[in-house]
Amino acid sequence: MRNRILPMLIMGAGTLYFLVPIWWLLVGASKTRGQFSSTEPLWFADFALFDNLGELFAYREGVFLRWLANSLAYTGGAALLGTLLAAMCGYALAKYRFPGREAIFNVVLSGVLVPATALALPLFLIFSSFEATNTFWSVFLPSLVNPFGVYLARIYATASVPDELLEAARLDGSGEIRTFFQVSSKLMFPALVTIFLFHFVAVWNNFLLPLIMLGEERLFPVTLGLYSWNTQVNQAPELRMLVLVGALVSIVPLVIAFLLLQRFWRNGLGAGAVK
Amino acid sequence: MRFPIRSLSLVLTSALALAACSSGGDGGEEATTGAAAGCAPSSGPVTLNYTTWIPGIETVVKAWNDKNPNIQVKVQTGPNGNGGTYQNFFNQLKAGNAPDLGHIEYDALPSFRVQDGLLNLAGCQEVTAAKDQFVEWTWNQVTFGEENSIYGVPQDAGPMALFYRKDLFEKNGIAVPTTWDEYAAAAEKVKTAGGYITNFSQSDINQFAGLAWQAGGRWFGNDGSKWSVNLADENTTKVANYWQGLLDKKLVSTVPPWTTEWDNAYNTSKAWTWVSAVWGANSIMSGAPDTSGKWAVAPMPQWTSGGTVAGNWGGSSTAVFKGSKHPYEAAKFALWLNTSEEALTLLNKEANLYPATKAGASLPALSDGVEFYGGQKIYDVFAQASTQVAPDFTWGPTMTSTYASASDGFKKAVSGSGTLVDALKAAQTSTIENMKSQSIPVAAPPAPPAAPRPPAAWCPPAPLPYPRSSTGAPTWANAISRRSRTARFRRSRRARSTYPCAFLSCHPSKRDGPGGHRCPARPQPASGWSVLTLRTTPHQYGLRARTRRKR
Repeated sequence: MRNRILPMLIMGAGTLYFLVPIWWLLVGASKTRGQFSSTEPLWFADFALFDNLGELFAYREGVFLRWLANSLAYTGGAALLGTLLAAMCGYALAKYRFPGREAIFNVVLSGVLVPATALALPLFLIFSSFEATNTFWSVFLPSLVNPFGVYLARIYATASVPDELLEAARLDGSGEIRTFFQVSSKLMFPALVTIFLFHFVAVWNNFLLPLIMLGEERLFPVTLGLYSWNTQVNQAPELRMLVLVGALVSIVPLVIAFLLLQRFWRNGLGAGAVK
Repeated sequence: MRFPIRSLSLVLTSALALAACSSGGDGGEEATTGAAAGCAPSSGPVTLNYTTWIPGIETVVKAWNDKNPNIQVKVQTGPNGNGGTYQNFFNQLKAGNAPDLGHIEYDALPSFRVQDGLLNLAGCQEVTAAKDQFVEWTWNQVTFGEENSIYGVPQDAGPMALFYRKDLFEKNGIAVPTTWDEYAAAAEKVKTAGGYITNFSQSDINQFAGLAWQAGGRWFGNDGSKWSVNLADENTTKVANYWQGLLDKKLVSTVPPWTTEWDNAYNTSKAWTWVSAVWGANSIMSGAPDTSGKWAVAPMPQWTSGGTVAGNWGGSSTAVFKGSKHPYEAAKFALWLNTSEEALTLLNKEANLYPATKAGASLPALSDGVEFYGGQKIYDVFAQASTQVAPDFTWGPTMTSTYASASDGFKKAVSGSGTLVDALKAAQTSTIENMKSQSIPVAAPPAPPAAPRPPAAWCPPAPLPYPRSSTGAPTWANAISRRSRTARFRRSRRARSTYPCAFLSCHPSKRDGPGGHRCPARPQPASGWSVLTLRTTPHQYGLRARTRRKR
């Protein structure tokens, strides 16, 4: 028991360190505008969270809800489709032999090293030449690809999908696509959840791409919307409170995603490690 | 590079052609001569894109759209200029899909001007005729004091005045300061009474610029061919030393501005005054709600007793970007937006903008008493201040980096290492470096008069480090031994360092530096404004600067 005290202390301090800002956010979002700067930052004053929420959702004809929906569309859609793409690609690289397989894999791997930030401006110029900037697709399409997911899918498929099973499926007359969806993808499921979560977080946090691509307010994801409000605080001081409450609301989807999928996430994190 | 205007506008539809035009023609000249004909009305209905971050702009634009079915304006929005929208403008100019109109603050206009991103509206009669409607200094901000050039329509202004806590000043028997000397004396008394006279902002360099503007500091100048940079001129130094004195005696607080801590300092009566712009009225109202009714506004303290000079902090313009296919309609909208009483009233109501027009100062919304300020008609003070701002203050073309550098220095000075003057001098150096790295012609700093250079021709070819064949390629086949190669290289290095004008050290940035080589001046573009290439990102500036330095 004794040798667990020190680790617990360290973990406790770490937990506190990460939770205090969220606590501050929760407390701050529950105050009225006047009390926000004048009362104790880490404890509640008059509880006005629901009034603030009402104000947030009503501001500018509910543009915040629209942003939230956009974010879910960008991230949810891109993560689902992107996971499917990554899984198919990784599975093909793991299970089929064809010339150039390693070359393709290496190119994908080097893609992991290129930060999304560095690609935003080139993407903008490319989309400009198709006159497709400032559209839903200009953010959605680039978000689909996920080289790390391909890597993870390949590793996991190698480890978890036995060749014998595929052979058996083929002998039974199953086509390759059917085999993938009905046999392999089930075996790869924990990895797919991990890829989905990684991808979800990556797209949710990808801020620069929408910043560069979008000018139409109704297309903004919630991150960009809150950021632009925050830069206007000097001109419209009432926005400060809305940014706070909005930030609180905007972390809810992420929290839900993690609570629902965390056991897969944990399994998946170790997946590539052993084999 | 002269097209008939009609075909020019056709060609402009292609981004590639735009790039070719802007790099081919001499930017400044093309703009001034081309604009006159370029301001013809388009036929048929027109849709304009307008990018701005003014809160509530949709309401204003809707009022226009309802009345002008043939000129519809589409609003695009985003974070404020320095938060990313300016960068987006540069990207879009590069890609050839910039909006027709953009919101640009006065201090950022020159950077768009040197990148040749703005359309000269001097050819639009309506715009030229509107000159007298605007307060003189705001007009100068968009013309840069040049003839025949109008690079935007002034939108709002930030004339400065002194916000002070009337109740506390009266209670403690302190007279409202009218000069900066009185202000310093009042600071001592406020300190005794347990407060700070104000908070010195370590990162609002544009507030300091407003103070320097009032004192007669002129940071940048452009004589048509070269920029001059003088961040630490006599008057600015005077202002810097003044505030340094208050800092040293700990008479001002130094909390970071625009934070809740800062709001709190005002809300809990720790800070008693704020020398700020007209829009600051709203900031105090929302940041310090508990002090309602206790504030008042007085004219800015003066440097000479009885003087009537004000500074300015902020303000912006509506500019038309190069490549806009409908400059006439764009200019028309910009004028309506910034001169009509309807639009100005809406802008003031929605976004608290203070109009840049003379008539705007007497808007009904700006003539009432404000309850928060004890019913005082505070906008009368600002209306007067607006007419007292000196018209000849010019912003530089690289303000973002100037602000960043000065702000770094100010933060250090506030925490006790270095002084404000040091910070300004450092910002001066880095600004000049930055401008040179962007090939913006800069005049030598004015302090030491430069020795007259002997007239020289172009650099003669430098001694080559390696033996070369007649084609100029190194003759590696000669198989020089490593040793002799090194020796040759050393010799050539020596030669280079003694050679008066060796090719590698002939970069313009080295030309005027201390110990730099005397190189003959390269022929500069005719106007100091025109820069040949359009660069997009600060990263690119950085990379260029670094590679050059390395060489």
